[in-house]
Amino acid sequence: MARTGRRKRDRLRWSKLYTFSCLRPSVQLETSDTGTASLGGPGFSRVVHCNQPRLHYKKPLKYPTNYISTTKYNIITFLPKAIFEQFRRVANLYFLMAAILSLTPVAPFSAVSMIAPLAFVVGLSMAKEALEDWRRFMQDMKVNSRKVSVHRSDGLFGYKHWEKLRVGDVVKVEKDQFFPADLLLLSSSYEDGICYVETMNLDGETNLKVKRSLEVTLPLDEDEVFKEFKGVIRCEDPNPSLYTFVGNLEYERQVYAIDPTQILLRDSKLRNTQYIYGVVIFTGHDTKVMQNSTDSPSKRSRIERQMDKIIYILFSVLVLISLISSIGFAVNIKYYMHNWWFLQPDDKDNKLYNPKTPAISGLIHLITALILYGYLIPISLYVSIEVVKVVQAMFINQDLQMYDEEAGIPAQARTSNLNEELGQVHTILSDKTGTLTCNQMDFLKCSIAGISYGVGSSEVEMAAAKHMASHSDFGTSEIEIEPSTPITPVFERVRKSTIKGFSFEDDRLMNGNWTQEQNSGTILMFFRILALCHTAIPELNEETGGFNYEAESPDEGAFLVAAREFGFEFCKRTQSSVFIRERYSPSEGPIEREFKVLNLLEFNSKRKRMSVIVRDESGQTLLLCKGADSIIFERLSKNGRTYEVDTTRHLSEYGEAGLRTLALSYRVLEESEYLAWNAEFVKAKTSIGADREAQLERVAELMEKDLILVGATAVEDKLQRGVPQCIDRLAQAGLKIWVLTGDKMETAINIGYACSLLRQGMKQICLSTAPSDPTQQDAKKIFLLSEQAAKENLSLQMSNALQMVKLERDPHAAFALIIDGKGLTHALQDDLKDRFLELAIECASVICCRVSPKQKALVTRLVKEGVGKTTLAIGDGANDVGMIQEADIGVGISGVEGMQAVMASDFSISQFRFLERLLVVHGHWCYKRIAQMICYFFYKNIAFGLTIFYFEAYAAFSGQSVYDDWYMLLFNVVLTSLPVISLGAFEQDVSSEVCLQFPALYQQGPKNLFFDWSRILGWMGNGLYSSLVLYFLSISIFSSESAFRSDGQTADMAAVGTAMFTCIIWAVNIQIALTMSHFTWIQHLCVWGSIASWYLFLVAYGTASPLISGNAFQILVEALGPASIYWISTLLIAVVCNLPYLVHISYQRACNPLDHHVIQEIKYYKKDLEDHDMWKRERSKARQKTKIGFTARVEAKIRHLKGRLHKKLPSITIQTVS
Amino acid sequence: MSSSLASSSNLDGSDDTSPQQKQSKKPKYSRFTQQELPACKPLLTPGIVIGIFALVAVLFIPIGLASLSASEAVVEVIDRYDADCVPNDMHGKELDFIQNSSTNKTCTRRLTIPKTMKSPVHIYYELDNFYQNHRRYVKSRSDKQLLQPSKEAETKVCAPEGNTPDGKPIVPCGLIAWSLFNDTYQFSINSDSIQVNKKNIAWASDRSHKFSKDVYPKNFQKGALIGGGKLNESIPLSEQEDLIVWMRTAALPTFRKLYGRIEKDLNANEEITVVIENNYNTYSFGGQKKLVLSTATWIGGKNNFLGVAYLTVGGLCLSLVLAFIVLYLFKPRY
Repeated sequence: MARTGRRKRDRLRWSKLYTFSCLRPSVQLETSDTGTASLGGPGFSRVVHCNQPRLHYKKPLKYPTNYISTTKYNIITFLPKAIFEQFRRVANLYFLMAAILSLTPVAPFSAVSMIAPLAFVVGLSMAKEALEDWRRFMQDMKVNSRKVSVHRSDGLFGYKHWEKLRVGDVVKVEKDQFFPADLLLLSSSYEDGICYVETMNLDGETNLKVKRSLEVTLPLDEDEVFKEFKGVIRCEDPNPSLYTFVGNLEYERQVYAIDPTQILLRDSKLRNTQYIYGVVIFTGHDTKVMQNSTDSPSKRSRIERQMDKIIYILFSVLVLISLISSIGFAVNIKYYMHNWWFLQPDDKDNKLYNPKTPAISGLIHLITALILYGYLIPISLYVSIEVVKVVQAMFINQDLQMYDEEAGIPAQARTSNLNEELGQVHTILSDKTGTLTCNQMDFLKCSIAGISYGVGSSEVEMAAAKHMASHSDFGTSEIEIEPSTPITPVFERVRKSTIKGFSFEDDRLMNGNWTQEQNSGTILMFFRILALCHTAIPELNEETGGFNYEAESPDEGAFLVAAREFGFEFCKRTQSSVFIRERYSPSEGPIEREFKVLNLLEFNSKRKRMSVIVRDESGQTLLLCKGADSIIFERLSKNGRTYEVDTTRHLSEYGEAGLRTLALSYRVLEESEYLAWNAEFVKAKTSIGADREAQLERVAELMEKDLILVGATAVEDKLQRGVPQCIDRLAQAGLKIWVLTGDKMETAINIGYACSLLRQGMKQICLSTAPSDPTQQDAKKIFLLSEQAAKENLSLQMSNALQMVKLERDPHAAFALIIDGKGLTHALQDDLKDRFLELAIECASVICCRVSPKQKALVTRLVKEGVGKTTLAIGDGANDVGMIQEADIGVGISGVEGMQAVMASDFSISQFRFLERLLVVHGHWCYKRIAQMICYFFYKNIAFGLTIFYFEAYAAFSGQSVYDDWYMLLFNVVLTSLPVISLGAFEQDVSSEVCLQFPALYQQGPKNLFFDWSRILGWMGNGLYSSLVLYFLSISIFSSESAFRSDGQTADMAAVGTAMFTCIIWAVNIQIALTMSHFTWIQHLCVWGSIASWYLFLVAYGTASPLISGNAFQILVEALGPASIYWISTLLIAVVCNLPYLVHISYQRACNPLDHHVIQEIKYYKKDLEDHDMWKRERSKARQKTKIGFTARVEAKIRHLKGRLHKKLPSITIQTVS
Repeated sequence: MSSSLASSSNLDGSDDTSPQQKQSKKPKYSRFTQQELPACKPLLTPGIVIGIFALVAVLFIPIGLASLSASEAVVEVIDRYDADCVPNDMHGKELDFIQNSSTNKTCTRRLTIPKTMKSPVHIYYELDNFYQNHRRYVKSRSDKQLLQPSKEAETKVCAPEGNTPDGKPIVPCGLIAWSLFNDTYQFSINSDSIQVNKKNIAWASDRSHKFSKDVYPKNFQKGALIGGGKLNESIPLSEQEDLIVWMRTAALPTFRKLYGRIEKDLNANEEITVVIENNYNTYSFGGQKKLVLSTATWIGGKNNFLGVAYLTVGGLCLSLVLAFIVLYLFKPRY
């Protein structure tokens, strides 16, 4: 304890700066803590012996290690668990039963021909499972083997793997490291035990949070002191609540209460603080973060769910024909069997075919038939789909156009079973920060003394201008007539400055030129406010010699960079002063000025402003204040309103350009006035009690008045690259976009403008609960009352809005719905949510602000269930996890923020703009591929399976198959699998460029044109037709009644079966060739190779020992090959099978072509190159009607201008007449 | 003092963005992974549609005509004898007649050749309503036993005709062999007997690889139930061609099997006398028995169906060509 002043580093007592959040009464009142009362009871039984991890090595204090595992299986459980998973699929279970029964005499096939394909199929799926789990395991290992510095003994620290960490360990975490477990903060590099924590991985919030250690542990801030340190923590059991903690610390015979501000959670990151010491409380799966992680729900795509229904249909068909079969069998047994002496019906061992018990025979035969007709259910369907999806996922992962060069991150399909769902998305729910925006602020413009500076244009303006230019073909004349079109003529402004956070361009202010300006005094004040009014700390960058700023918010960072560029470099902060290097012209050297910081009234969301009170070198005391314009304007003094009008105009301009604005003001304080106020302020600060905060606010309020307006800043919340364009295209593809953000309404609206989700002339419906009077909030009763009132109010607002929307006659009118979190809590309640949804669907864009993570998930569920269409949620932070898991498809942005969202997502991309390609190209392709593939699968299995049934009618329903067992075994697994896989993996109806040029093509997915019942039934009908043709034509040609060769032999069963099977192979492969529209060498190889492989197999099988091949011995070489009728019949049957389909598609293409048919033809005839106008026309036709995005914005503008023109013209004529 | 970071939140502290990893994470370009492989994209343009149908028509009509004419060239003589070969006094008691070993089963038939039949003339017997494709029947054979003398006891699969009642293995075992067809035919023209060549009526591969020349019939037709024909126990299986032909089970309940060949032209209007030993029981299941003499062409025996089918499809395609021409003329897309 006697070590005070031993190490005087340049530490800051931050608690002095932070008025509201950090300063707490120094006396700990552990007795008043209600939580401690229950300690030791159920749910609060944890005991941690600090610095004595050994005590936790054995029971009862043995807690789990810090090893985490997110894998589904381990080596021992893999087999049983994975097998169980596989046989949960109905189809697989059926095949398992069939395989088991194939060991009995009931089975129509040999056991191997049932078991081999099943083993193959299940084995392949399990291999895939194993691979995925292995990846998860590797990821876990990476985390588990991170290193952290741990106290070993005698004050010595050493590095250990995270997984080795035990409860009770003392760890030292350094700057920018993640906390390895949930820790109790003991001390930090700051004297008052404060540290900054970034909790992005937990809640997605990017601002830093302050944590503060207990006073009593402050001296524990050196390695050596841990030699002796001992303490006991009694606290709650592991639970998932991130914001609560109940516990106390017994240290030096005293008991201190611990609250959440002392707890550092695993996966959050230490920022702005050199190091901290902490004690491990929860490890591994006990940590709050792990307790929060829910198993991501297994999602199945719409198509797969529909596919299940088809399988049920096929099962019904299977049961039906099995019943027919077994009845037929029983009838045969009963009435004819006794005549068939060649079957020895009277044999005493004859159970299956006993004419005396036809019913029993029929029943047993039912099982036989169920197995026999099993070929109706494609055994390889699931596994083929899985293979295809893996390939599709590989294509997504490998797509260079979704690879982010800067971050070095490619797109990743994390689960491959939703690929086709990407092609059916109806609504996109997007997070804002980090998804649409980079969360990087660029200082772009400012308004000082009523003059707007900054010639640069925001991305929004640029994009709009560019779009306007490209639309000149149908808008030029109007635009030229209208000179006041407020669109900056600069289309392609290359941003010269490479300084992060600063994109300001205006020579009037740069390089010291501002001293020549009229209001240079005001400008100087503006710069000083920028440089002084903040809570950042500078950090010398060793390499460049410049300063980096550690700021709480990126806006603040941008201001400081701007101030530095203007010549006011913030270079040092001490406990009481801020030092600024001021440079008035580039030639002069900088002058370092010291400003004493007397008070700091920090920002919070309620106050919406921050102020500092400083005393400059001349002794003048100033209050510098920055804040939201509305807040500042209402606090201006009479003579401070000189620039109000101009500034207001500029602010609205900036707002329209999608910029974030703040107003800056100051006030000169008299010494006496300040002293009087300060006395009151200190009193408020040191007061203890519940109303301390309110008092502080009240006192602060007293000072922040009579302000003089200086100007305003405009910061661009930089959109991620290509976001507006991407949204525009997605809108044209017919997708609805909802923005769900935790940000405040103003920011959200700004971004709405920036992304063209909102535009001028759009009718905004703002749903929010009226801000209740702050004085009323204290009284709980009134608060409750107002809650009820707010709900009624909201309900009324919604009804009115709905009526307005319904009554709107103008087809171009667009509505935007903006709702805040409070409003949402009411709107999401059962009685209002239908109306809310109805309203939201009517609106072109929906923006929800101030939304909690839970609400994000609830909104997602509302859309998903209410609309019944596919929803996609995209986000980057942990706060989006709920939404990502809830949506049909979750997309995570893998960028700067943590991995939580990505881990929960189904797809991860590194930039929002890649979403376009992911949906419009990959989604479209995958949807069509999978849909066509499944249809074809059913077709081919029906075509094949039913021939087996027809044959039964000719074989007294005895269960004999006309085909060799091996043919059937290979049918699904080898002979027809590769073509269908190549269809599923490589088919392209149109190229990726065309997909992007014709976003409307995407609508084929949401409309489900390729997997609706009519199409499925059509394919099934085609299968039925083919089966009839295949069987009856084959039988008629190869009837056993006449010779099939010139040397007189008649066809036996092997010959008939082989010939028929050849026809099937040809027919189904020609069918798939007709289905495909894109042949690379792979497709050619697969389709024609499959046919070739059938002949190769026949030759090989024929040469094998007759003990294996049986009657198929030498069948092709000797019996069928030389017979011309064999080849001629193949040609005939293959053609007849496919003729109707060919006629159908030719007719469809000629008479009612689908969109992609038209495009394919244009491309085929190269008309796009010859006739640009036609191509453009087609492209503009192919857009979905939409009311959001640039294109809509520009069109609205043109309409608006046209409207004005029309109005103007008559008025002019009237004037001339009069 | 130009380059610096604006705010801390832009610092990237995640540990997986080192430059080396950046390199390795970038997908490698290949036309395959970028799905840009050169591809042909055939399209059903009017020209191609009409072309395909025209091609099918052009191809199918000649084939149809050719196979129809080939089928027409086949001369076939069919004589059903199962009813007529039962003595008049046994009508209604056919079963008794056929099952009684002491009755005289010889029966003489006269056939007139309608057109000249070039040699070889194939002789078939045709049965009907005989389920050679019944599962119980098809399964009842032992390929091992037929091929390897050492495996003669492998008769389990032959049930119920595997072993004699006293347990000795039957060679060849099984229902198929047991029900061997045993009617015989003798031909003569004007009492000059005609040689029937019974060699090479079975597949060469069957004789050489499936029925061993070292396996001889044993215990065959010695059980309580006598099925069909008996086998000469001194002739190896590979030379028992009637058996080999019989053992190739037919796919349908009505079937013909090759009995032998007459290697001599039969002239039109010649009358052939056939002496039939009517031994085989088809009466119990009401099956017909027919004797068939037929020539063969390149499409085999008489088979009008194939030619007709080809002509039909060819004609259909021809009309489709016309239909699509009309369609494209009246509803042009461009």
